[in-house]
Amino acid sequence: MAVAVIIALLVLGSIIFHLVSPWWQTPLASNWGSIDTALHVTLWICAIAFVALNLFLAWAIYRYRHRPGIVAHYEPENARLEKRLTLWTGIGIAGMLAPGLIAWHEYVTVPANASLVEATGQQWQWGFRFPGRDGVLGAANVRHITPENPFGLSPRDPHGRDDILIESADVRLPVDRPVKMLLRSKDVLHDFYVPQFRAKMDLVPGIVTYFWVTPTKRGTYEILCAELCGTGHHMMRGTVTVVSGAEFDAWLAEQPTYTELLADARDRATRLAGADISAVAPEGR
Amino acid sequence: MATVTIADDLTPLHHPKTWIGKYVWSLDHKVIAIQYSLTAIAIGLVALVLSALMRLQLGFPGTFDFIQPEQYLQYVTMHGMIMVVYLLTALLLGGFGNYLIPLMVGARDMVFPFVNMLSYWVYLLAVLVLVASFFVPGGPTGGGWTLYPPQTITEGTPGHQYGIVLMLVSLALFIVGFTMGGLNYVTTVLQARCKGMTMMRMPCSIWGIFVASIMALLAFPALFVAAIMMLFDRLAGTSFFMPAIVSMGQQLGHEGGSPILFQHLFWFFGHPEVYIVALPAFGIVSDLISVHARKNIFGYRMMVWAIVIIGALSFFVWAHHMYVSGMNPYFGYFFATSTLVIAIPTAIKVYNWLLTLWRGDIHLRVPLLFAIGFLFTFIHGGLTGLFLGNVSVDVPLSDTFFVVGHFHMVMGVSPILVIFGAIYHWFPLITGRMWNVTLGKLHFWITLLGVYSIFLPMHYLGFLGVPRRYYALGETAFIPASAHGANESITIAALIVAAAQTIFFANMIWSLFRGPRAGHNPWGAASLEWQTPDVPPAHGNWGPRLPVVYRWAYDYSVPGAARDFIPQNEPPADGERHHPT
Repeated sequence: MAVAVIIALLVLGSIIFHLVSPWWQTPLASNWGSIDTALHVTLWICAIAFVALNLFLAWAIYRYRHRPGIVAHYEPENARLEKRLTLWTGIGIAGMLAPGLIAWHEYVTVPANASLVEATGQQWQWGFRFPGRDGVLGAANVRHITPENPFGLSPRDPHGRDDILIESADVRLPVDRPVKMLLRSKDVLHDFYVPQFRAKMDLVPGIVTYFWVTPTKRGTYEILCAELCGTGHHMMRGTVTVVSGAEFDAWLAEQPTYTELLADARDRATRLAGADISAVAPEGR
Repeated sequence: MATVTIADDLTPLHHPKTWIGKYVWSLDHKVIAIQYSLTAIAIGLVALVLSALMRLQLGFPGTFDFIQPEQYLQYVTMHGMIMVVYLLTALLLGGFGNYLIPLMVGARDMVFPFVNMLSYWVYLLAVLVLVASFFVPGGPTGGGWTLYPPQTITEGTPGHQYGIVLMLVSLALFIVGFTMGGLNYVTTVLQARCKGMTMMRMPCSIWGIFVASIMALLAFPALFVAAIMMLFDRLAGTSFFMPAIVSMGQQLGHEGGSPILFQHLFWFFGHPEVYIVALPAFGIVSDLISVHARKNIFGYRMMVWAIVIIGALSFFVWAHHMYVSGMNPYFGYFFATSTLVIAIPTAIKVYNWLLTLWRGDIHLRVPLLFAIGFLFTFIHGGLTGLFLGNVSVDVPLSDTFFVVGHFHMVMGVSPILVIFGAIYHWFPLITGRMWNVTLGKLHFWITLLGVYSIFLPMHYLGFLGVPRRYYALGETAFIPASAHGANESITIAALIVAAAQTIFFANMIWSLFRGPRAGHNPWGAASLEWQTPDVPPAHGNWGPRLPVVYRWAYDYSVPGAARDFIPQNEPPADGERHHPT
């Protein structure tokens, strides 16, 4: 008896919780409205099933609770009812699956005009690389990684020379231009996740993964790592700032290319080498 | 009847002569079942404490100095692994499987009693190796229960040196132990059923355990090879799962391995594992509902086929855990479709449970309360699974608290409610005593309401985008202060639920010694395990002669019958209505 009432109250409580809870999706800042639509369709169909099934449960418990003299009905099966329920379930499932697959089709179909951005992950920081003037990202391999070449660009690939390297966790993206995010990890699994974009994908060492997104709202958004990557997982943060196309182009032009960084590193190495000699010389080594 | 003498022959049963032979090196399936259950519950309590510690950190970050990121990740990892493998799998198959199969199919014992005993002792060894990992330098592994390489065996992850090795060895041992048990369960069901016990007369509990055992025999080898391959990567420097990487500034010697290969192997085990836990729970709950609603399980044949179909389909859905893993994205179409199709037989089971209650004579006893709790949490958890299976909807939700909320509802809370219901249901048979009803109800209400207030808000934190496996959320602009409040209240609810389990243990221990005598078949159940000559059943179960079965396990409230149940071994009266099975 009490259990019937409480099951019904739990259903009611869940609906109220859904309506008044302050926790819901962050406002969308990308083209992935289709993902949100698929989510909302799924939510509605599931919510109807949740309410209907549990209220039926509560009603059955109340209506057929044991009382003296009551005998249960004897009915081993009812093939017609079972078939009808199967059919309705199938329709509900199809109703969810269709928008889900349509959104997925969009998700895996990168537009031809998407520009390339590479996000690199390592424990526990982000880095970014843009292809430079030639529009091609140079070949890279973790075997080339040294303190002077943190992105592991192949020294032999001329395409890499003009690549723009962002050795910071803060990156900018142009608004309303599709971007194909190429993802590369130097060590373990990571996952590039901006809640406002909805999109995410793992970074997997050894291969390059990708997803695409068109930022649609200017603003600064946090990048989280969404795949456990060790003790610093929760601190592997970054930001992406979505700006106008012109601002983005101006910002990108200020960032150093691989060639410039190499030259810097060489200068520094020369200076350091000089400093080293003067430092150790007095000890007479 | 000369043909049944082999089964009826009592001489092969080695009746133990000493206390040690009876309770320690026991060949009796019922004692082995108790050994399995107590070990599983003991290690499960460790996992419960770990979850409380983990919640303390999430609810009150910075308050407890002894919980650093290393410890937090170790709690998360060990909690998950222990609960899924060492508690749920061991308790449902090793515990309930062992106890119920011979009694419910009318056998004297498992067909290989010695292998059965060995299965338990290897399981115990696996548990001890697992526990040992808490005491090695660096502590247990903190790589998440999914143990994804490369991080589990590289620097930056707790326990990457020794903890992970013990974890993998323990898993391999567990699988060896389980294989011995599983072969026994399957063979016993197929070969040792008593006269008249056709497959389609077996109770749903046995169907669930039987199909889950077959699945486990097929799925665990994938985890076994993954564990061995990772051991090679860790100890011998091979590169099965290890590509060339730079770990903390050091070039490692590995080259060419695939981290995603591990994920495929893990989830080829891991998804069927969900159903290895769920199917026995599905079966048991069917019987709890039927017995206490005094009504046959609705659509028995459909229920059996649903179990078989779910079992088969569950081998074709594993990559729905990997939509954003970087595997070929075109797999998404297939795995989303197969995953949502599996919802159909699952939904049929839910309908049939509800329709079993409908027009029943519902006795709201404690086992049925837990079964009703299961229906509520399973409907919730099953439906949220559709979000995560529906590929593009999974993209924003994966690796958030939505996932944590979902899988705890569907494969944490739901099966555990069934396990509690089953313990209350069969306790009178196992011990011959009844438990205290008031304490049982108290335990039920605190547990059900508590777990819902833990896991419902988690789904909403997930919608918001709060990531899982975070030691601390820190300052994150999109996470409002109220979300931290939610974390606090979740922690408080979790501590209450954890503490409330003492009611259960107190009730069971008190009842074991002081509970009123249960007598024979206190629930008026029709299935065979309640029809033994002795309560609790003696070694050999059936006295001098095996039972003969004449009907299915669900003859409740049959029109014209004298009582509202007819035991399976009662011969048919003249002119009696027959169910086709």
